[in-house]
This record gives sequence, C-alpha cells and structure tokens, in this order.
Amino acid sequence: MSTNYQLKRADFIFKDENDWEEVLKNNINRPPNELINELISSELKGRGGAGFPTGLKWKISAEEVNDVKYVICNADEGEPGTFKDREILSKVPFKVLTAIAICGHVIGAKIGFIYLRGEYFFLQTELNKAINEFEYYCREIKFDFSIKIFMGSGAYICGEETALFESMEGKRGEPRNKPPFPSAFGYMGKPTVINNVETLAHTYTIFKYGSKRFYDLGVQYSRGSKLFSVSGDTPKPGIYELELGMSLADFVDEFGDDDTKAVQVGGASGFLVPRKRFNETNIGFQGKLVGISLPTGGSMMLFNSSRSMFNVLDNYLNFFAEESCGQCTPCRVGCQQLLRGIKAVKRGEKNAQYLDKMLKLAETMQFTAKCGLGQSVANSFSSIVENFREEMIY
Amino acid sequence: MGKKIKITINGETVEIVKGTSILEAANQAGVIIPTLCYHKDLCVAGNCRVCVVEIAGQKRLAPACATPCDEGMDVLTNTLKVRNSRKHIIELLLSEHNADCTNCYKNGGCELQKLASEYKIMNQDFIHLVPFRNYTIDMFSPSIIKDDSKCIRCQRCVRTCAELQGVNALTMSYKGEHAKITTFFEKAMNDVVCTNCGQCINHCPTGALVEKNYIEEVWNAISDKTKYVVVQTAPAVRVGLGEELGFEPGERVTGKMVAALKRLGFDAVMDTDFTADLTIMEEGTELLTRLKGALVDKNPDIKLPMATSCSPGWIKFIEHMYPSLLDHLSSCKSPQQMFGALVKTYYAKARNIDPEKIVSVSIMPCTAKKFEAARPEMHDSGYRDVDYVLTTRELAIMIKQAGIDFMKLKDAHYDRLMGESTGAGVIFGATGGVMEAALRTAYELVTGREVPFEDLKILPVRGMEGIKEASIKIENPLEKWSFLDGVELNCAIAHGLVNAKKVMDSIVAGTSHYHFIEFMACPGGCLGGGGQPIPTNPEIRAKRTAAIYAEDEGMPMRKSHLNPEITKIYKDFLIAPLGEKSHKLLHTKYTPRKRY
Repeated sequence: MSTNYQLKRADFIFKDENDWEEVLKNNINRPPNELINELISSELKGRGGAGFPTGLKWKISAEEVNDVKYVICNADEGEPGTFKDREILSKVPFKVLTAIAICGHVIGAKIGFIYLRGEYFFLQTELNKAINEFEYYCREIKFDFSIKIFMGSGAYICGEETALFESMEGKRGEPRNKPPFPSAFGYMGKPTVINNVETLAHTYTIFKYGSKRFYDLGVQYSRGSKLFSVSGDTPKPGIYELELGMSLADFVDEFGDDDTKAVQVGGASGFLVPRKRFNETNIGFQGKLVGISLPTGGSMMLFNSSRSMFNVLDNYLNFFAEESCGQCTPCRVGCQQLLRGIKAVKRGEKNAQYLDKMLKLAETMQFTAKCGLGQSVANSFSSIVENFREEMIY
Repeated sequence: MGKKIKITINGETVEIVKGTSILEAANQAGVIIPTLCYHKDLCVAGNCRVCVVEIAGQKRLAPACATPCDEGMDVLTNTLKVRNSRKHIIELLLSEHNADCTNCYKNGGCELQKLASEYKIMNQDFIHLVPFRNYTIDMFSPSIIKDDSKCIRCQRCVRTCAELQGVNALTMSYKGEHAKITTFFEKAMNDVVCTNCGQCINHCPTGALVEKNYIEEVWNAISDKTKYVVVQTAPAVRVGLGEELGFEPGERVTGKMVAALKRLGFDAVMDTDFTADLTIMEEGTELLTRLKGALVDKNPDIKLPMATSCSPGWIKFIEHMYPSLLDHLSSCKSPQQMFGALVKTYYAKARNIDPEKIVSVSIMPCTAKKFEAARPEMHDSGYRDVDYVLTTRELAIMIKQAGIDFMKLKDAHYDRLMGESTGAGVIFGATGGVMEAALRTAYELVTGREVPFEDLKILPVRGMEGIKEASIKIENPLEKWSFLDGVELNCAIAHGLVNAKKVMDSIVAGTSHYHFIEFMACPGGCLGGGGQPIPTNPEIRAKRTAAIYAEDEGMPMRKSHLNPEITKIYKDFLIAPLGEKSHKLLHTKYTPRKRY
C-alpha cells in the first residue's frame, strides 16, 4: 500500500439512479453462474465488518440442494457509531430490494427478509411502500419473489447472523454453534444468504456496471468503495463513500479537527488507533500489505485531546456487558470482569498489574467466546489499554 | 454407519465416524476433556466453553462438544493456550458463583467444584460478582430449592425442562450481565407450571437447583422415642442407591438397603412394592370396570383411554396442561400415597399402634413425591399420610452420616404386613412396568390364563423408546368378562413428559385408539427419576433398567394378585378392590390448574 495514497471519494451507493426495474429485469435473465462469477471477480467482501467474500457466500448457497432457501438483508445496524444502513434504506431502498431479489434468483430463493433494527421502526412505513411497489413490478414481469420486513426488538446480538435467525424463528436471540453455517443451515434450517444492507447495495452497482468498475476502486485485497459513518470530534460528521485502502492519516487530515488523538475504527468492537499509528494504518481488509490493515463495518469515531480514553473504554464495556446475550461464559462474565476491573484499577482497589491480567483475559475471550461479540471485545479493550495505559491508571 | 475419517488427537491417529464431535472422538481415544454445559441427555449448547481445544492452524479454540471432526483434523487438548483458557473460564465461572462450598448441599457433588480442584484454582483474584447481585433463594416449592447465586448459566436445566419434559417452567431471561434462569414472571417455582419432577436438579452441575431435603426432620423423628417411624422404599431406589455408596450402576442393593434402614433406626422397614401390587389390583379392576362401562353400558361419562396415576410429576403436568382431561386419569393414588394411607390405618390397627405416633417416611427416586405427599387431599388416614419424603440421594447421605459401611452390610428382609411384594411391583420402577404388571394380572383375571408372553416378559412395553405401543387380544375370557371376547386391548406407554404431551395431543385430536396408557414423568420411568443419583444418563438408565428386570425375574412371585399380603389385606381390611374402604383410602381426586 503506497504511503502517498490520497483519499478518494466515490459515488455509487447514493447516486440517484431510477433504473432498478431495468437492472432487475436484465439480471434475473442472466444465468446464476454468470452473476456469481461477476461477484467473485469484483472481489466484493461483506460490508458488515467481517469481510467474507460475497460471491463465495452466494455460490455456496446456490450449490446447496434444497427446495426452500432464503435471502436475508441484515439491517440490524447496531454497532455504536454506524448509521449508514439507515441512510441506504431510506434513500435508495430499491437498490437493496433489487439486490435481494437478484440474490434470490441466483441461489433459488423465493422469499427475502429485511431484518430491521428495532430502533428503525420509523423506516418501516416507507420501506413497506417500496416493497409493495417492488413486488408489484415483480408480478408484472412474472418474477416470483416476495420480501418481508422482520422487526428486531433492540438487541445488539441479533445482528450476529445466527442469533438473527433464532430471533426470526421466535426464539431467544442467541448465536448458534458453527458449523453448520448459514449457507447450508440458516433461517428455519434452510440454506440462507445473509448480507449486510451495504453489501447488497454494492452488488447492485456491480450487476449494473459490471465487476470491473467496482474492482478498479480500492487496493489489492480491499476492492471497491465503502460507506463510512464519521462521528465524534469532527467538524463534518456524516456518511461518506470512500475507496478502500486509504491511510488513516489521510482520513484524519480530511475529517479531523487538528487535535485528533485517536480514532476508533469499526465501532465498539473495532480497534482504537492512537495518533502515532495513523501513518502506518490502512483501512481495508487484512492482506499482505505494508503496515496495519483494519477492516471495518464503516464506523469511524474521532477523539480529540479533550476525551478521556478511560471513559471511552468504560462506555464500550458497559455496552458489551449489557449487550452480550449471556449464554457463553467468556463473554458474559468476561465483559463484567473487564468493566469492573478497569474501574477497580482506576479507584486504586487493584494495582496496575491487574491490567495485564485483564489483557490476558481479553485474549482468552477472543479465543474462546462463542460468537463475534465476545471475540471482538478484546479488540477495543486491548488497543485502548495498551495505548493509553496511563489514562487507565491515573 | 457413516463414513470413517481419520483425525489426530494429541498426535495419535483416531479413526471415527464422520460427524462425530471432537469430544466424543477424544472420549473414544481415551482423552478426557472437561465439560460443564454438556449432558448426554440434552442437545449440545456449547456455551460454557470449558471444553475448548486447539485445532492446528486455527487461531481460535473450538468447543469440543459442538465441533464435528473433519478429515485430517489435528486436535490438541493439552496445550498451554488450552490450559490457560480453561483456567480462565473456570475462574470466570467461580467469580459469578457463590462459591461458599462448605455451606452448600452439593459440596462434594458439584461439577464446578471438581473442575476448580482439578485445575487448582487458587489465589483467584477476579472480582467476585455475587455481592453485586440481589439474589434470593426460592424455597417455596416443597420439592425444589433454586439458588441463582450458584447458577453458572449452563442452561442444562432449561434444556431439560424443554427437551425432556416439554414443560418449559425454566427459561433463560434477560441478557448480558443480567442473564439468568427464571420462571414465568420470576414467580416462585411453586407458583408456575413446574411439575416438581426434579429432572432439572438431576441435570444441574452445581448447587443452583437441589431438592428440598428433610434429612434432619427424619433424624429427629427417629431419635424421638415416642414416635414409631415407618419407612417405605420405592422400587427404583434399590437399583440406584448403590451408585451413591460405592457400587457400579446397575447393582441391586435391596437387601443392603433394608439392612441400612434398620440400622438407621427405623422402627419398621416396608416396601412400596407392596402397594404397587395393590395399585395393580385397584387400577386393574378400575380398567376392567371402565371397559365394561364404555363398551357394554355405553356410558358417555366413562372416559377411555384410562391413564395411570402413579407418577406425581405426570399428575401435576396433566393438571396444568390438560385440565379438561382429568377424567381420563385412574382415580388410584400412587403406591406411595396408598402406603401412607394404609400405614396409619391398617398397619396401625394390626400392630396396635396409635396412628398419631406413627411417622411415615418414604424413600423415593423422585422429588415430585415430596409435593404429592404435601397435597391437602392426602390426609385420608386422618393424619398426613406420608410425613416425609426422601430421595435416593438423601437416603445415601443419611447412610453415610450414620457411619454405615454399606458395601459390607448383610442382606436383610423387609418387615411383615406391608413388606411382601412380587416382581410386578418391582417393575413399576421402569417405563412400561406398570403396564406390564397390570397386563399380567388383568389378562389372567379376565381369561384365567397367563399373558401369552414367554416367561411373563411383555417385551413390547419394555425399552427406552419415548412412546411404546402394545396390543393384546382377549380371547375366550371367563364368563364374567365375556363382553371382552375378541377385544383388542390397545395400550401405550409414554415416559418423559415431552412424550406424554404427544400422546395427550393425540387424545385431544381424537386420533388415539388406546384403552390404557401408562405415563411416567421421567425418562426411563422412576429409575431415571429426579431424585436418583447424579449423574443419570442413557447408559446408566439402561443399567438400572436391566437391574429392575433382573430383580423381577429373581422374585418367587411375579404377579400382583399372587402376593399373599395382598390377599390378606383384602381379606382382613379392604374387602374388595374398589370397595368402600378402598375408595376412602386408596383413591383420590385431581385439581385442574392453570398454566400461569
């Protein structure tokens, strides 16, 4: 990754293109294999944060033999500092609906769901209107596909794909054991493709313009553009579509307030990058690049020198201790120990070395927790404690 | 058999069937992996994470219970990373656990304590979380004590209540740090659909769910010289008790148990098997009466199928879940309550003891029996019929406390009058046993011939299948029963309330064609009861079952109606099955209940 890479804006997702009917009609007449190959050659990776290759995901589900399959759009956008999916669904819902339907065509599903975050109930009316219009057109072109909204109830954990299925099945939202994976055993035990809202919106771009247009953006291993939810100590908070692979230093130049001391990349479950590492940090998926690459769901929180990193971490840990589903030991108890632990150190009830014990505990959580929630607590915990140790103690 | 694959565990190659979990594969290879949330009776949860192992090439550890083996997998169960992680997890569990072990009923029998000891968790300095919680102990149930401060959220109880019993009295609620096992609206266990079956207790790894014990009360009664303490022992206790006292599962310890009870100081040691035989007389007669009423008299008030009523967990279940179908239940009390009613009437009179001075104790494989004994209607003798109910586990505790070297005891015999029994009484302890015992007697009463099965073994009603069916065609009956000629008696047996539910739903739907159904709340019947030794799992249940049937085969008499003490009690006291005295003492009514 070149160090003199410049911040590059892109404009695909929110581009006002009133052509979804055409995109839908053209693409559902293409053979599924061709569409899968298009996706694979675009190198689109999941935009929820985990970065699983989207083409591969669709391919595996398409190869499953089953009469019933499902497409689910994961709109349970709950990561602190992320608000891009809300904007996509309110501004360009038809792109997402079209992408869901094309995915249904590719894998052989007749039903799609949008799992909408409980707090986004206000989107429901407009979204349902769009779905009605969309389904009307589907009937018109004799394409058998329907989309339903499933309202979440406000649990962060239900954004985890298998917890989301459990929630949709009317059960307690707890992540399942993997394997089996959703592509073979998802919602109702059927093969299911579950994609983030933004991922689906990107597939729209790819199916409309071809994979090359998308592939040409970004850098090796991190192709395409991505929406960033910029918040915190910045003069211009908002949502920006940028090419992947940018250096964090460039990002801070553009969005910082000249006093940025750290950036939290990827929300509470992401990493905190201190100022001294801005130059060597790139935003993109891990690959054989120079420096550190940080994948992200798009949340970029900037902190200036007025912020106490102890308070930031305390806030995150409160969030995790509250939002852990509570089933697995490392996450349920681990989060509480980390939270109470940093407070105890701050109050002097535990000595500074206790932080080292907690760093080890965070590592155990990363190795042993059942799902991404517990596994990623260590990301923010370790990066904050290691970089701002003195703020934890004094 | 599935495809065989090869994996290595700690460097050694193991050949296993594809899809086997790492835990199972390790087990086959002689490698022990610790577990907490795993139980052979239940679905895999994979939530305690104590069974994590390393798979070469993977950064994260994998839960051995929930990870299927793949060809060529290289599993390491004892690396530094694994050991440190497990230690952390045990420490975390201890930090949210009220580890006041010496004050705990499960001290010595706690799986978390055992792991903490194995991993030598000392100098544990994680912050203790229990003081931050507002825990109260639920002691309202006569059977079950629920202490959330000792709960490690493994959800074994939740899965037990849902998967084995279909009751769902316990569930996980709240999330994160507040996650806990609760009842409906956090009501007391006594106020919800809980059937008191105690399966949750039997599956709980810690002391979070334990039976309400009456050990001290019984010791006090024994030491009280003015009291005459009578004890009865249920059929299944004799095939389970040994496990608590040094024997392998499946050992029959009837004689030793009787000897131990005498040493403990009980004034009379008698057998619930006797009233099991009596139940057959009463219930068998009731069935034949019902058949006549329904088939000949066409009386619409007589309900078929008739369901057995020996299992108090099942009784509470039907009262909650199918309150409109209570007429299907046999009006017979359970053997325990028949015994209780008779001991303070028949026995007291015969032995010339003031019934007020009699303390009636029962040893049961069951916690629901504690609830049953406390039912307000169970006072037909004029006193509380059964004063204290102890589980198999509680009896073992008393035997240990008394310093009895159980293994060295010489066999002793039950006391007379209500201590004689037949093989038919013994098999009450296994699923299908009541049915088999009833058929042995009823068929013979009706036809004058033995049941047409070799050596009286009615194999179709035996076994661990959740719902079993059997039909017996009645041919050439005695003249009195001529209306039954050619009737095919259709029977079903369900054990585990989740299976009971299926059968009941078929009755509700009108698709059932049964005449007589045996229901047992616990998987495997009483031998798998909630009050039996921990652990109880499919293999142990199978061994106890084999022991029960071996006990049956070893009995000189194997048909209830041949029991001489049964003949005597009808001659001297009850006069006839379903007679006036029987109605007063041996039969009961049921209470419709709501689900919430």
